Amino acid sequence: MDMHFDQHISRQFNEDLESLKTEMLEMGGLVTSQVADAVEALANADSEQAEKVLRIEEEIDKREMAIDEHATLIIAKRQPAASDLRMVMSVIRIARDLERVGDEASKVAKMAIALTDEGTAPRGYTEIRHIANAVRKMLNDALDAYTRFDVQAAMRTLAEDEQVDMDYRSAVREMVTYMMEDPRSISRVINVLWTLRALERIGDHAKNICEQVVYLVEGADIRHGHESNLKNT
Amino acid sequence: MNTMTLDAPGYSEPASPQTLEKETVDTRTKVRETVGTPFCDNAKLKMRNVNVFYNETQAIHNVSLDIGRNEVVAMIGPSGCGKSTFLRCLNRMNDTIEGCRVEGDLTLDDEPIYGPKVDVVPLRARVGMVFQKPNPFPKTIYENVAYGPKIHGIGSRRAELDEIVENSLRRAGLWNEVKDRLDKPGTGLSGGQQQRLCIARAIAVSPEVILMDEPCSALDPIATARIEELIDELRKNYTIAIVTHSMQQAARVSQRTAYFHLGHLVEVNDTETVFTNPEHELTEAYITGRFG
Repeated sequence: MDMHFDQHISRQFNEDLESLKTEMLEMGGLVTSQVADAVEALANADSEQAEKVLRIEEEIDKREMAIDEHATLIIAKRQPAASDLRMVMSVIRIARDLERVGDEASKVAKMAIALTDEGTAPRGYTEIRHIANAVRKMLNDALDAYTRFDVQAAMRTLAEDEQVDMDYRSAVREMVTYMMEDPRSISRVINVLWTLRALERIGDHAKNICEQVVYLVEGADIRHGHESNLKNT
Repeated sequence: MNTMTLDAPGYSEPASPQTLEKETVDTRTKVRETVGTPFCDNAKLKMRNVNVFYNETQAIHNVSLDIGRNEVVAMIGPSGCGKSTFLRCLNRMNDTIEGCRVEGDLTLDDEPIYGPKVDVVPLRARVGMVFQKPNPFPKTIYENVAYGPKIHGIGSRRAELDEIVENSLRRAGLWNEVKDRLDKPGTGLSGGQQQRLCIARAIAVSPEVILMDEPCSALDPIATARIEELIDELRKNYTIAIVTHSMQQAARVSQRTAYFHLGHLVEVNDTETVFTNPEHELTEAYITGRFG
């Protein structure tokens, strides 16, 4: 799929849109590695790496603000229409989702620090690793689909969120069982639960990004279960 | 290849034979028929299979379009695309151009516009027109508005005319600015005021349709905003077709937008659709400022 964003009569407009998209994808790259680092810090009980994740969080917030500012300028100067407008809108929305993914990564990092301090909770790690791998793949694939304007890939990735939600619910049931079996583990297992919750939310944000790929390419708003809007276009 | 030189005499833009040939191929492959919703249920004006020629040159190719009651339809497209030519067919303004020939079925309230018995003077009272450049008569403000009703025999007594003049100026949003100087020349007003005076003049004869050919292109943003506000107001009582080069204006004032390209009507759709997710690639290229 080619969206011809480089074919405006105004070369400056081409460049403005291109750099907005690049900014967003760079932010996506940074956020993706934040998630990976946070999960790794948790798995290795590495509080130093977790601290690093918390430091970079600030940088992500700044990038979201910069993208918003640049998108606002494009709207003010160019009054984009049609696919250009959808490009700007989708970048703004994705940047917000990415910022929240960054927040979730920070939560995981904080749990890594807490769990390291308390002594590790061996239970629940398998589930964390499993869900972490799934949502990291979703996030990568969603950004990849955006880069390639690939609606089919976006729809495939979007569908994976259902499995993540199911895995999350079954992991929660498992954790509840642990807590009932051994009440002394409750505080540690609750940290594991928060981590699982944060990871599950990352899956939701990846899903939102996929919805923006569909919006950008097809002009259909499929958020909140309105997949039928895609068929109508 | 000569047959594909689409511009009206005097409007032609320099184009090398190569680009013309390229555009010809492009248009043939890309424009087969109008996409979107060219027709509507409560049509005031119906145009079917309209072809317009300037001598041997075809300027409009098989265009079919409805304009509904109380609807604003915006016509957009690059220079020389035929949008003004098409607009001028609707009240037979093209009759004044030598060598211009209009084919097809054009009706106003299902009565033919080009029928042999049609008198263009009352037709143009029913289908009024506002031009790009404000063109008040070199007379007083009062006379500018009263002239039309007088020649159409609408207001014969002074009191009647006074009422028509005041009403028309009020509707055009100009009354408060000129009520104390109705006896001053219309040409002494500012550009935006002159254009509103021309709109007042057009509505003084109680038209059913108002055609506007780039009514704001000579106006500043504030005067433009006033006219746009006025168009929205006028829509309650009239059917409006507007040709504009400002995409934002089309987006703001119209309910449907028609995109013309090299004499073809490429796409007609709800204005929202045209500006967020146009159906045709040529429409998309034009409204986003890409190489078409």
